Amino acid sequence: MNFFALLGKAFLKVICDCGGIFIFFLQSFFYFFTRPFRIGLLIKYMEFIGVNSFLVVFLTSLFSGMVTAYQVNIALAKVGSQSVLGGVVALTLTRELGPVLTAVVVIARAGSAISAELGSMRITEQIDALKIMAVNPIQYLVSPRLWAGILVLPLLTAIADLVGIAGGYIVGAFLVHIDPGILTARMIDMVELKDIMSGIYKSIFFGAFLVTVCGYKGYYASGGAEGVGRATTEAVVISTVGILISDYILTTIFF
Amino acid sequence: MINIKDLKKSFDGFEVLRGVNLIIPANQITFIMGQSGTGKSVLIKHIVGLLKPDSGEIWFDNQDITKLSEKELQKIRKKIGFLFQEGALFDSMTVKENVMFPLKEHFKMSKKEIEEKAEELLSVVNLLEAKDKYPSELSGGMRKRAALARTLALQPQIVLFDEPTTGLDPILQVSIMELIKDLKERYSLTCVVISHDVPLAFKFADRIAFLHQGKILVEGTPEEIKTIDEPFIRNFIESALI
Repeated sequence: MNFFALLGKAFLKVICDCGGIFIFFLQSFFYFFTRPFRIGLLIKYMEFIGVNSFLVVFLTSLFSGMVTAYQVNIALAKVGSQSVLGGVVALTLTRELGPVLTAVVVIARAGSAISAELGSMRITEQIDALKIMAVNPIQYLVSPRLWAGILVLPLLTAIADLVGIAGGYIVGAFLVHIDPGILTARMIDMVELKDIMSGIYKSIFFGAFLVTVCGYKGYYASGGAEGVGRATTEAVVISTVGILISDYILTTIFF
Repeated sequence: MINIKDLKKSFDGFEVLRGVNLIIPANQITFIMGQSGTGKSVLIKHIVGLLKPDSGEIWFDNQDITKLSEKELQKIRKKIGFLFQEGALFDSMTVKENVMFPLKEHFKMSKKEIEEKAEELLSVVNLLEAKDKYPSELSGGMRKRAALARTLALQPQIVLFDEPTTGLDPILQVSIMELIKDLKERYSLTCVVISHDVPLAFKFADRIAFLHQGKILVEGTPEEIKTIDEPFIRNFIESALI
């Protein structure tokens, strides 16, 4: 096969995957509102994606806030503007680091598990067994996870923002000795509601995106145990890269 | 009764089913036999709508199943059970929870009633002692019996068995087939069994159909099949009886 044929084949696969993922998202999104309602499963997956990710998100955002404050302080010191450290850290966290880091952590912890679990169910015919029992597998397996992702990511992001800012405050106030009053005042001056909400809106998109991609890859896995491994890897890579790309696009839209 | 008319199915240009015509009579055990890779599982997956044919019809309950939407198929699937080769039990649930699952999904029963019904079904397949075990803790035969109990939970009219005896020792094979026969009598089931096992087919089948090169080569009662003078059938039967 020549180069252009291979390129065309790869391009077609990408187009098919994009279309497939979008249809899968629409089905998962709307099936949630069909009977029987899966409220119990929604709560179960909110716990799985949200509560169980709390500690990792807490630690990641705390140290990200601390290292951001440390590095930004070095840069600001060169131009004598250390007083704005609190505001810069808070802006960085609420607009970018909070939602993106939270999404990446959730992909690593819950997204990969979703993909592996659905993939394993696919190759052991458990998904077909659901169909045979007249249960819609997407409505049962994916819809509650999708809505759990949509509902929980903003909450985790809000926690990440808060903890990250606290980390930045600790470094600013106790390590590089900036006046705590100035730190706090600059945060309040520089951060607007729009900054916080842009991060929250992003996190809603990221929650839907990561569950859809990870769910899609697992749901349509094939090729035995190796296929499940491949599907999980692809799910993590595509959703991580996709979130970084879409973060840029959303930033340009919001600001 | 299921009436399959001129069913064709290809995968990546390879024709697996090349015009299958078969009538599956009600309240009987029909064995579908043939060499590995001839499309026996593909054929029965069409009957429950897990696969869509390229052309052809499958009539059940005055409806052509191949033309039904996924939503319409859900109604049909409550009437047609399917026993997967490996059972396809939910590995995150115990045996009892597996059997309770379709009851919870489709019947308005209290939790106590659902538990009682699940235990009754597990008794029918002689698996009550393993009700709290997970599928990974079960032997092959126990997994198939648990899956059978789950299949029966929806009170189907027809049950399709995809190689129910494969991988089991001869005593367990006979015990599974006796269970299938017993259930057929007890619940007036129509059973379709995919199998390679000629002695079992001759002992338990009401009718046998041979799938060869994508078509039903011959079909009849075990006695008729024994007397058919067709080279492939003779070779298949004699090879199995060596």
